Amino acid sequence: MASHMRHASRLLLFAIVVFCLEQALSAHVQRGEAVSFRIGFAHPISGWDHVLAMVAVGLWGAQLGAPAVWLLPLAFPMVMAMGGMLGLMGVPMPGTEIGIAASAILLGSAVLSEVRPPYVIAAAVVAFFAIFHGYAHGAELPEGQNGLLYSMGFVIATGCLHAIGISFGLIHRWLWGQQLLRLAGGGVALAGAFFMWRAFH
Amino acid sequence: MLQRLRPAAVTTAAIALWIVFCPARAEAHLNSTGLGPIYDGAAHLLLTPEDLVPALALALLAGLRGVRHGRAALFVLPAAWLLGGIAGAVAGHGESRAVAIASFLVLGVFVAADAPLSLTLLTALTASLGFVHGFQNGAGMGPPGVAAQALFGIAGLLFVLTALVVAFVVELRQPWSRIAVRVLGSWIAASGLLMLGWAMHPIR
Repeated sequence: MASHMRHASRLLLFAIVVFCLEQALSAHVQRGEAVSFRIGFAHPISGWDHVLAMVAVGLWGAQLGAPAVWLLPLAFPMVMAMGGMLGLMGVPMPGTEIGIAASAILLGSAVLSEVRPPYVIAAAVVAFFAIFHGYAHGAELPEGQNGLLYSMGFVIATGCLHAIGISFGLIHRWLWGQQLLRLAGGGVALAGAFFMWRAFH
Repeated sequence: MLQRLRPAAVTTAAIALWIVFCPARAEAHLNSTGLGPIYDGAAHLLLTPEDLVPALALALLAGLRGVRHGRAALFVLPAAWLLGGIAGAVAGHGESRAVAIASFLVLGVFVAADAPLSLTLLTALTASLGFVHGFQNGAGMGPPGVAAQALFGIAGLLFVLTALVVAFVVELRQPWSRIAVRVLGSWIAASGLLMLGWAMHPIR
């Protein structure tokens, strides 16, 4: 009898907790400024293809040193935004996923081989691939969101990924760090090859 | 049996009472500040990125240029915003998305490029930005009496924000820290470009 009562009181407690600790219903479209910013911020960091390519930009910049380490993160957001603008305007751009995968392969290979082209060439390569990344962000803007805050969210998230890459790239001053960076570049290139395979399947 | 049950029952009742009487807040709607129109105006600026970001971008630009430019921005921006707001409150409506887009693009590019603007040019830019954004604020704030108080709140907050940002940026000496400010400018310009794309979104 006592054990029944104990079970009953536990069940009662459980029921009270379930009914009284209300949770937000997430079955409807989330709207509003804060949500738009959060969705925009989460977009670049929710896909490994974007994350790895952005971090690789920072790594490559760190390998190249000044002024490239600053030039690349400075140029990238603006060119990416041009791609985003095309996506928002609905301009068709075939092969976006292929371009994103190619960016991971090429940037990863650049870090792996520690190639040092002229700064203008490096900036042009990064800018070219930035268009594909921006286009994907722009084209995938969820309906009903605040365009400005979504945009600010994904621009800031992209910048943070660059900053992570640059910060990690600071180990380039040590010999073991240079080897580790090249290894990381190889990893990014391999992941890019996987993304490319997935883009065709 | 009752004696044996008492601790569990008391615990259960205590937890139930705590849960029932300490519920999570239902945040289904916004609360006003409750502090009057001046603070409502300040809150409006803080919660409107279309106005706040260009004002901060201008402060960044003035800070990059130096102390004299910073002083000019500090006084001209709130004054122009206030004047524009009063003009907007009198004139009626005049809201336009193009103003925010242009502000983001122009100021973002100037900050990113660390554009060497003269004091005269920066002052003119500040006055234009303040007047146009203030005009839009004033036009959307109802009767001129109420709008004026809110505009004073906006102008006061602009003064404080500009002073803080300019003072922070002027003191930056390390090259990397100034570059970080320029990166912020590129983010602002990028957001402006995306706003332009959003304005041309086919099914917006």
